[in-house]
Amino acid sequence: MLKQALYGLAMASFVLTSCGGPAAESGKKATSGALSGSAAEKVYVAPGEYDEFYAFISGGFSGQLAVYGLPSGRLFRVIPVFSQDPEKGYGYNEETKPLLNTSHGFVPWGDAHHPDISQTAGKVDGRWVFINENNTPRIARVSLKTFETEEIIEIPNSAGNHSSSFVTENSEYVVAGTRFSVPVPQRDMPINEAKGNFKGSLSFLSIDQEDGDMDLAFQIRMPGFDYDLSHPGRGKSHGWFFFTTYNTEEAHTLLEVNASQNDKDFIAAVNWKYAEQLIAEGKFEEETTNYAENEWDHHTHMATTTMKKKVKVLDASKIPGLVYFLPTPKSPHGCDVSPDGEYIIGSGKLAAELTAHSFTKMLKAIEDKAFDGEQYGIPVLQYEAVNAGAVKNPGLGPLHTEFDGKGNAYTTFFISSEVVKWKLGTWEVVDRQPCYYSVGHLMIPGGNSREPFGKYLVAMNKITKDRYLSTGPEVCQSAQLYDITGEKMELLLDFPTIGEPHYAAGCPKDLIHDKTTKLFKLEENNHPYVTKSEREAKVVREGNDVHIYMTMIRSHFAPDNIEGVRVGDRVFFHITNLEQDYDVPHGFSMIGANTAELLIMPGRTETSMWYPKQVGVWPFYCTDFCSALHQEMQGYVRVSPKGASTPLTWTLDDDPLQ
Amino acid sequence: MKFKALVLVALTGVFTACGGGEETKETTSSSSTTAPAVVEAPVEELDPMENIGIGPIDELEFDDEIDKELATAGEEVFNAKCTACHKINKRYIGPSPQGIYDRRNPAWVMNMILNPDEMTQKDPIAKALLAEYASPMANQNLTIDEARGVAEYFRTLDVAE
Repeated sequence: MLKQALYGLAMASFVLTSCGGPAAESGKKATSGALSGSAAEKVYVAPGEYDEFYAFISGGFSGQLAVYGLPSGRLFRVIPVFSQDPEKGYGYNEETKPLLNTSHGFVPWGDAHHPDISQTAGKVDGRWVFINENNTPRIARVSLKTFETEEIIEIPNSAGNHSSSFVTENSEYVVAGTRFSVPVPQRDMPINEAKGNFKGSLSFLSIDQEDGDMDLAFQIRMPGFDYDLSHPGRGKSHGWFFFTTYNTEEAHTLLEVNASQNDKDFIAAVNWKYAEQLIAEGKFEEETTNYAENEWDHHTHMATTTMKKKVKVLDASKIPGLVYFLPTPKSPHGCDVSPDGEYIIGSGKLAAELTAHSFTKMLKAIEDKAFDGEQYGIPVLQYEAVNAGAVKNPGLGPLHTEFDGKGNAYTTFFISSEVVKWKLGTWEVVDRQPCYYSVGHLMIPGGNSREPFGKYLVAMNKITKDRYLSTGPEVCQSAQLYDITGEKMELLLDFPTIGEPHYAAGCPKDLIHDKTTKLFKLEENNHPYVTKSEREAKVVREGNDVHIYMTMIRSHFAPDNIEGVRVGDRVFFHITNLEQDYDVPHGFSMIGANTAELLIMPGRTETSMWYPKQVGVWPFYCTDFCSALHQEMQGYVRVSPKGASTPLTWTLDDDPLQ
Repeated sequence: MKFKALVLVALTGVFTACGGGEETKETTSSSSTTAPAVVEAPVEELDPMENIGIGPIDELEFDDEIDKELATAGEEVFNAKCTACHKINKRYIGPSPQGIYDRRNPAWVMNMILNPDEMTQKDPIAKALLAEYASPMANQNLTIDEARGVAEYFRTLDVAE
């Protein structure tokens, strides 16, 4: 019996082994069928060819922004934004550290949320992508030329910066809004006196059209609700901005229950053109506050922090015509505006229907004063007077809606785990496709603009479970790509994402690909510690500070032998990459340094700080494989005891550099 | 120093042998966007003075007189962009440019400066140099005018000798 079993096993394994090649292949074809073959063709990007779209997908609690290609789902780059990134030296080198400064000091981590691409005339233009930080309220601007963070501005008088960072249709403003209302200004007070005393702030940051420089133009002071998401008016509704609210109950504890009491919360319609006029006319209060504005300088290759102390404030409760409330059922989350600017879609998380308000009806209701009371002096418009329709029983737990530019809308449903396609105006459901699992946000390239590119839809799921090879208790987040060119959506691809992707923004590759920066010109490098040729390399002692002006090129450092450094010194390696060719970065690392490496792009200068603690001869080397002689790209620093008289020397090939 | 050179030659030999005359995935070049270079022993019997290389320059004939202004401009460019690897008086990361026109066509020199990636993959002399020095000639993105200045500057090195 045992023998037979063994024989059987042997036979089975023989069969499997011998047929491993062609049989396994044909077996696959037979079981998976032709349908998946066609999905595979739709996402296949041949080696050396390019994807059709960029997708900038929020890195969620990683604090970063991930760059993918569509339809392949390939990850190209993780742009460090709100968190330190040792791989790139971001937040570790002296040049980028100031980007992470706040009124609370240096904050090395952030919770990245909603990327949005800059727009011109209502169309995505590929200049910058903005992204908000929820925890310590901030908005960052990332250049789509360098794919680097160029500016981070802190939002004062705010907490839980969630209804952010969406831009108006000519990138006049990028907005931020309070999710957790707080005392303004902050003060010591009992928590249970929150109601009526806590406030919300809706912040409008102006954008310089030349260099993208953001400034906190003004804040609108609002009742202490939770401002969840927002989207700009466009076309006919340009000049207005729409924010969903929940917790209009103003609960301060057990919000899960206490913030779900009201039958309807609101969408706040903000007339920002009017706000702009009031600011221009000087009709604002100036309040004292404290927030950090961190900006990158392209000439000096470094960021600086400025602490700002003033903010212009408009109080919505006291200024008629600035803000109106549109009643919207059951804690609405997503707040999305159709490409023509007519419909404002509120996704009531706990509602049985999806609400569509009409911008045209809203204007008429305001004109007719069709009010249903007020809240803290802000008029509440009559629901019937503004409502355009509703998608009935669309699914459970609606969250977000995007548009394809062909009259269709697509909404995610978290609880029933699906994407539902429906028609604007008739409100009829056209198709529904399951998501694996529990979808949150979705993105159609250009889906938050006048002109969406209605070819692909990316669903970003909250739960992954069994979709990939297991990696222990923590698994990656999962995105899914759908073809939306037909009547029915077709699931094409699963691909993993980093952190937890809250929203994404996408655009055709041609807006960005050919315009990116390939290198930094040495002639234009005005870093205060730049070294433009080897003969300019030097070491300068200023008390206990030692400044090493160093260069790097394939494949050596100059100088590569340094003596005269002492225990107790503070050493700055200011290193310039002399390469002037595309894709030739060099790295730098120092043994025992309590920091990350540097990864220096061609023509750029970066600085690493090192406290030598032990006497000896300590090596440094290039971390990024640069040439056949990369392994030879190394050097030594001699560290003498404190107070030693070892002369300061710097050499290459045993010759002084002069 | 001599020992190091010997090791390099030996390494190059190994790479070549592994290539088996067919496709070789091994490479000593890490530069650029182009496909890996195949390192082979130079076999072409070619008059180096006739070889203009591969690149934007088809022909370069010098005037009898050295253009001093142009040479000075070229020297500045050379000092800023090239001296990390090329010294006048000695073999360094790359060869010395002294006496270059005794061994190379002026057009070849310009093409090597302007188009080093393609040159080190396809030009027999540039390929041999890559095998010898192992560090690839860096593309410093000089303009044609800047490279022309450097080429003129190299003439002054010959005169000095």
